[in-house]
Amino acid sequence: MTAMKEIAVVAFSQSDCLARAGAANEVELIMPQLRAVFGQVGLNNAQDVDFVCSGSCDYLQGAAFAFVAGVDALGAVPPIKESHVEMDAAWALYESILKIRMDQAESALIYGFAKASAGELPTVLSQQLDPYYLAPLWVDSVSLAAMQARLLIEKGLATEQAMAGVVARARKHAMVNPHAQVSGEVSIETLLAADTVVSPLRESDCAPVADGAAAMIICTVDKAREWGVPYAVISGIDHRIETHNLGMRDLTDSPSTRQAAAGAGVGRGAVEVAELCAPFSHQEIILTRALGLGDDTVINPSGGVMAGNLMMASGLARIGEVFRRIVSGDISRGVAHATSGPCLQHNLVAVLESA
Amino acid sequence: MAKLAAVVGIGQTHYKTRRGDVSIAGLVREAAVNALEDAGLGWDDIEAVIIGKAPDMFEGVIMPEIYLTDALGCNGKPMLRVHTAGSVGGSTALVAASHVQSGMFKRVLTVTFEKQSESNAMWALSTPQPFSVHLNAGAGGYFAPIIREYMRRSGAPYDVGIKVAVKDRLHGARNPLAHLQLPEITMKEVEDSMMLWDPIRFLEACPSSDGACAMVICSEDLVAESPKPPAWIRGVAMRSEPTMYAGREEVSPQAGRDCAADVYRQAGITDPRRDLDCAEVYVPFSWYEPMWLENLGFAPEGEGWKLTMSGATSLDEGGDIPWNCSGGVLSSNPIGASGMIRFAEAARQVRGDAGAHQVEGARLALGHAYGGGAQFFAMWVVGADKP
Repeated sequence: MTAMKEIAVVAFSQSDCLARAGAANEVELIMPQLRAVFGQVGLNNAQDVDFVCSGSCDYLQGAAFAFVAGVDALGAVPPIKESHVEMDAAWALYESILKIRMDQAESALIYGFAKASAGELPTVLSQQLDPYYLAPLWVDSVSLAAMQARLLIEKGLATEQAMAGVVARARKHAMVNPHAQVSGEVSIETLLAADTVVSPLRESDCAPVADGAAAMIICTVDKAREWGVPYAVISGIDHRIETHNLGMRDLTDSPSTRQAAAGAGVGRGAVEVAELCAPFSHQEIILTRALGLGDDTVINPSGGVMAGNLMMASGLARIGEVFRRIVSGDISRGVAHATSGPCLQHNLVAVLESA
Repeated sequence: MAKLAAVVGIGQTHYKTRRGDVSIAGLVREAAVNALEDAGLGWDDIEAVIIGKAPDMFEGVIMPEIYLTDALGCNGKPMLRVHTAGSVGGSTALVAASHVQSGMFKRVLTVTFEKQSESNAMWALSTPQPFSVHLNAGAGGYFAPIIREYMRRSGAPYDVGIKVAVKDRLHGARNPLAHLQLPEITMKEVEDSMMLWDPIRFLEACPSSDGACAMVICSEDLVAESPKPPAWIRGVAMRSEPTMYAGREEVSPQAGRDCAADVYRQAGITDPRRDLDCAEVYVPFSWYEPMWLENLGFAPEGEGWKLTMSGATSLDEGGDIPWNCSGGVLSSNPIGASGMIRFAEAARQVRGDAGAHQVEGARLALGHAYGGGAQFFAMWVVGADKP
């Protein structure tokens, strides 16, 4: 493959993770994050970037075309180049990278948002399953994840103790994350003392569901220099999906994550930080192994989605967290991950490095 | 510079009110297999799949790509799901093309679909929302007042829409895949059909269809591996504007004009009526033909209807700039796929592969899609000649 144009991340912002955003509508969720990222670069509005792409999910709001209202937050007069994916905004980032690499844009604004509190998320997500054979059973996302955790435990690849350890560490890390919904010192014993909700998962093993939004600005390296702002380079990005048929998958592994990691070049250097989109504690264990991460990698220093799961923006936020740590000088190389579908069916991996 | 890309395979399903013989997976697979066969390729030749459809509520399946990966041979590959309202079929083609034009992929499959019979689009479009004006009128109710404003401004005679309705159905009768097959349709029949949303009569509105459309898009170096002539992608553009803002021109939206200017510039088109051989334009309600003729620069403002009435856009009348030779959205409307069908039919024309609705000698064609409150636009220009 020929040398590709390097992509720089120059701004990122996310909202607080709120269990309920109350009466706030889409524009009110998105607008503060757009203002924040424009402010970081010194831009006024979406007219100052070449492309805009967003990620959201109609069903979470209960509206066809939920993203259309989002356009009202952009100041799209005169008209702008704009697109949308019905996926986590990490995939909107992917589409934006394509636009820059084909020379139709030098810069792009990406945002994701959701108001998941409008419904019961685990039940709503059951309707993303095969509509003829699985969706009519209304198997919710927590039950499917519990099945995956059970397989992991039975195979000896995880213990309830280890899963509680993931939660305790995430909450401790989240104490320095101002946007966290859940944080604090909690012992593994305390976590394990709680009853399971769907065995072997306890409530603490499941990411809290949050309303909110996140936004990012990316551009060519030349543009980042022109703007004179600190930036991190996306040195690799790849995403892969695997079969929807749960019976045909080895749920204790994530081959699509392995493939995406290889495609993104995770193994080409040390991974100082990994921000993983693992909405269930045991999934962090699966992902850590699939990405080949060792003890020298700090996993989810932000607390990850265990600290607050912004639906449709959590994947983008993982990339943003790694970006923040690189431009602040804390690290020079990190990995971010996003996921979609039941039991980690579809995974995106990005590698970010200091300029 | 963007890498060169071309369409080397096109596959469609029959468009029908209800495809009860196939599941959603079966429907998209049918189109995909047809596209692969057309391209002389197999599943292993495809590096990524880009899928698009209109709102998930139309079938009641959230993020259907998750379930459709198996049917589309995508396991182990990247899969991206585009959703940009009614323009999604066009936008999806553009996002698929960008995979190749960016140099990141050599050959991708793109598929769009709608299986309207699985649910109720009118319901899906009419769920009440907090803090929003509740429109319970469907798309026709939304666009009817805008059409009336066009009629008022242009002074067009009342039967322009009727003429378009007849013309596109006669085109559709040449296309065996078209949903509506009305070779005997007359102006009187259209005029006598029920008034749905004044001035839109029943026969001036698009049908509600099941169907899917797929394309294989590849890089310059792989074009020769497919047997049929390629359709070279000569220009790509998309534009969006808000649904409402002070002073918004709803009859001829700025986003449409800007999008057209962008795509024409890339393709070297200065006079679209002269330079293009044909166009596949998203016309879900008959009057949108004269309106888009003006918005897209085929006619001066207020005069689009004159082109329509003169027969310039009709294949049967030997018009110089035939529009929607496939029968258009007025003959087949699987919503999420309707935009891509326009893009694919434009490509079929320049590949010389459009069967009985072929425009003789077509070398350059426009594919167009719009969505939302006529606020999202996607367009491409494809050509027989390598740029």
